[in-house]
Amino acid sequence: METYTLIVLTLAATLRVATPLLLAALAGMFSERSGVIDLGLEGKMLGAAFAAAAVSAVTGSAWLGLAAGVATALTLALLLGYACITHRGNQVVAAMAVNIMVAGLGPTLALAWFGLGGQTPQLDGAGQRFRELVWPWAQQARDVALPGLLYAELLSGHSLIVYFAAGLVPASAWVLYRTRFGLRLRAVGENPLAVDTAGISVNGLRYQAVLISGLLCGVAGTYLSTAASAGFVRDMTAGKGYLALAALIFGKWKPWPTLGACLLFAFTDALATRLQGVALPLVGVIPVQFILALPYALTVLLLAGFVGKAVAPRAIGTPYAKEK
Amino acid sequence: MNRAPGVPALELRGIDKRFGAVHANRGVDFSVAAGSVHGLIGENGAGKSTLMNIVYGFHRADAGEMLIHGRRVDIHAPHAAIAAGIGMVHQHFMLVENFTVLENVILGVERGARLAASLAHAREELKKLAHDYGLEVPLDAMVSELPVGVQQRVEILKALYRGAEILILDEPTAVLTPQEAAQLFQLLGRLREQGKAVIFVTHKLREIMAVTDRVTVMRQGAVVAEVATAETSVRELAEKMVGRAVLLQVEKGPAQPGAARLAVQDLEVRDRRGVARVKGVSFEVRAGEIVGIAGVAGNGQSELLEALAGIVASSRGEIRLNGCDLVREELDARARRGLGLAHVPEDRLRMGVVAAFSAQANAILGYHDRPAYNRGLLLDRTAILAGCEKKMAGYDVRPPDPELRLASFSGGNQQKLVLAREIDADPSVLLVGQPTRGVDIGAIEFIHRQLVALRDAGKAVLLVSVELEEILGLADRILVMNCGEIVGEVASADATEEKLGLMMAGVRGEGHA
Repeated sequence: METYTLIVLTLAATLRVATPLLLAALAGMFSERSGVIDLGLEGKMLGAAFAAAAVSAVTGSAWLGLAAGVATALTLALLLGYACITHRGNQVVAAMAVNIMVAGLGPTLALAWFGLGGQTPQLDGAGQRFRELVWPWAQQARDVALPGLLYAELLSGHSLIVYFAAGLVPASAWVLYRTRFGLRLRAVGENPLAVDTAGISVNGLRYQAVLISGLLCGVAGTYLSTAASAGFVRDMTAGKGYLALAALIFGKWKPWPTLGACLLFAFTDALATRLQGVALPLVGVIPVQFILALPYALTVLLLAGFVGKAVAPRAIGTPYAKEK
Repeated sequence: MNRAPGVPALELRGIDKRFGAVHANRGVDFSVAAGSVHGLIGENGAGKSTLMNIVYGFHRADAGEMLIHGRRVDIHAPHAAIAAGIGMVHQHFMLVENFTVLENVILGVERGARLAASLAHAREELKKLAHDYGLEVPLDAMVSELPVGVQQRVEILKALYRGAEILILDEPTAVLTPQEAAQLFQLLGRLREQGKAVIFVTHKLREIMAVTDRVTVMRQGAVVAEVATAETSVRELAEKMVGRAVLLQVEKGPAQPGAARLAVQDLEVRDRRGVARVKGVSFEVRAGEIVGIAGVAGNGQSELLEALAGIVASSRGEIRLNGCDLVREELDARARRGLGLAHVPEDRLRMGVVAAFSAQANAILGYHDRPAYNRGLLLDRTAILAGCEKKMAGYDVRPPDPELRLASFSGGNQQKLVLAREIDADPSVLLVGQPTRGVDIGAIEFIHRQLVALRDAGKAVLLVSVELEEILGLADRILVMNCGEIVGEVASADATEEKLGLMMAGVRGEGHA
């Protein structure tokens, strides 16, 4: 293959890898902007991935799978909200509890229901997965030099959820900076007391934020099990929830920079896949373990070195309680 | 709203509130007329804040009723208070710091789901309000970039924008410079002219005398007096607040200064960004005298005090304690304590105590490695307990319970315990910052007496305070700081508030001109 074809294919893979990251990171953005640490992204995504795959396998409908995935993530989000907002529990501990619970519960239920060693059945029936949408003339355009290839591989050929995630970035920015809800959301993460004295319910806002996070995590999880792959396998999120959180911090809790961070992480991931077994000049073939560690090593480096100035929402992690 | 003349803007009848065992409000009757400024005073814990929080819907009263312009209202939450025309400016501003002024103003009273229309509308309204009340603020500036006095105006604008007819100001001058306070008082006058009912909550009696029409005094949850300001005096109000006669002026004889204990030469302190906050100051504190450092907050006094105590490093100059150069010897805060330099920090909760620890643990902080409190590798718990009990008895710390968490004590009692800890170590020099910040008037008197007694025992005391009265009452010599420099020195006998005020504003005085 020609070099630029390789590059374009790597970029296309980047978009696919970035989608669940971006959805989860934006989910985290809503939650964290309201002052609730969203360490439960991982668990909510994993729960949604399982539910979506299971329902899709049984009903044969990816859309019902999506509904189940979203419902599951919303339920987990509500559970977290109940613990952290209503009862002012420790947000980190509660989220980790959910993560651990889901990590065990998914495979257990899968084993009980499908008897396939903790997986869901392969989703290969028609309509069981979100398939790639091929835009008009994509096949023909592929042969028309670089612009055609870009059109065919980068713009066309992704599942609906990828486009949804892309559209979500400007939409989130608009909601956050141009609407009443966004103003209140940003305020409640900075100074909940100011929001309370302004006559707005702090807990109400935080529940809304946490539910939005649940919704988006549901879509992200559904993408993992019914679009990016064909079924649920144990631990299929593989730390993407935490990576999304890192992207959110790297993106300073803002939609566009967060998109950039997600793309960067996804690119290293796509690159890592490409580089497996490839002999590079000077260094030769890099052992696959090193390559696979690349995105995570990059995360550590970036978070250590480049986001020193990132200022978290001031009230993050602090449950709101009136004095006395 | 049609208003019958003579009907108060706000009337509270028989408000009662308990928090567990604490009876915070005992059948409080309170009323404020429209077009007046009404003072509400009382010591910390007298129930002023609880009462105002009930009015603002933060707390619900257990019993009693509330009338606005003669109509019964049920204020169960802040939004109900706002709807009823009540606005409150809290002591700690309720502003979102990384929002613009405009965004802060519309928060909670947006018009519609999209912001653009709300922002445009608020901009117009605020221009009108700014004109009516002379309340100019930069609408598009980030709140965090505004001086505290301007932030307070934003809070007042917020309340007015919400249509407040009754405005509660909780300790509004605590964070202001004298000049900013004067501006605030002018503003209160304009609010009164516009027919607003202003409730001015404070414990500073002179402010009550300066701006209010009537004043209500609370003590231990109950109203003990309600008088016209013109018919009362500072002394009478102080007595009603405390429940006994109070010495407003500290009794002290002339100082008999001895040898220099603390000598500072050309000291410079830079902050983290490298900006010089203390610019080459030189002075001495001698045994048997109290030297006061006056100045508007933020003019380098805090940095000076911290550099002397060894908490921050100085970048130039020397600090001699009984002849030993602390800077050259590179002595840290602990070593300086060991040499007899005690420090009561300005910000008690941040530097003076650990609020979550018990009183007895706090009573040894910084001295916990002294042999008196240790037995081999372990702390000597009996000695610590006994030591704390002794300090509590000697300094009238209430309740005298060494096991109680420090956070449960009032500000005054916390401060007395810190003072006891530092003085008990028998220092030769005591550095004191804002000794009576957040302290009740009764405890202030006690703390002042202790400082004078320490002086009379031949110790050197360096007092930093933004309360001019405190400096004037206690210090034997007064140094005035402005922009990191000592701009003048006055003997306390010659000092007047006017003279010091000029120097605080940067006009050079005698001695250092």
